[in-house]
Amino acid sequence: MTTAHVFHQWSAILFVVVLAITGECLIAAGMRGLGDLDRLRTRPGLLGYLGPVRAVLANPLFLIGALCMALNFFAMLYTLSIAQLSLAAPAIASLTYIGNTVAAKLFLHENVDRRRWLAALFVCAGVVLLSK
Amino acid sequence: MKHTLTPRRYFILLAVMLTASVGDTLLSRGMSQVGPVDLHHLGLLLHALTNINVIAGILLLIGFFASYTTALSWADLTFVMPATAFGYVVIALLSRFWLHEYLSPYRWAGIVLIVCAVGFVANGPSRTEHPSNHPDLDLMDSGVGR
Repeated sequence: MTTAHVFHQWSAILFVVVLAITGECLIAAGMRGLGDLDRLRTRPGLLGYLGPVRAVLANPLFLIGALCMALNFFAMLYTLSIAQLSLAAPAIASLTYIGNTVAAKLFLHENVDRRRWLAALFVCAGVVLLSK
Repeated sequence: MKHTLTPRRYFILLAVMLTASVGDTLLSRGMSQVGPVDLHHLGLLLHALTNINVIAGILLLIGFFASYTTALSWADLTFVMPATAFGYVVIALLSRFWLHEYLSPYRWAGIVLIVCAVGFVANGPSRTEHPSNHPDLDLMDSGVGR
């Protein structure tokens, strides 16, 4: 395996990770802006869900986030075509997890305390072990 | 004000965990019945849409996205993330007990770590408190006046 191929694989993996982090943070920011969806229900029963669905689909942050997630899906397919699943899957899952935690602290100003950091690290280690 | 989870919210987090993992497992089972799809036989993708496992998998993944989005409307991203990670555990257990695959000691160790991670986060508050511009809404959210 050449250095150029390794660079190509890791560039694709990092691209997938950046798209996932951007998408998830935008969706989270959009949903935080809307608040609890139950408040947007117009009436009881199934028809009452039209209000929340309409509000979510009219939210620009959510829509750009969903677009990022759609691009992420296709970037993931591309990455799986050039990298082995046993490398790509745990690398993408772990890096996305850590990146999301950092981004949630920096951009969403979430209170990432010691237990949430510990959870992120345990999940990363767990994902790597599951891929063995 | 402390954000606590109602039984309805626990149900949505449970839906996030189960729909993603069971949906992926059904898609995987369905696609193994359909056979490998390559660029010269893209029509097989349309044929895959008639497979009952693929249809059920797609419906469950739509349910996952809806429940995940709903959870983000009242909980932090760093709170909801371990719920999705728990899906890896459900997939591993489904592959062990439903598809009868072998789980190595490494995988069991991975399962234990992810279960611990979910436990850490589940014991904490679901939402970071920020100074609010809508104190009246926060009052409603705390349940006062209901």
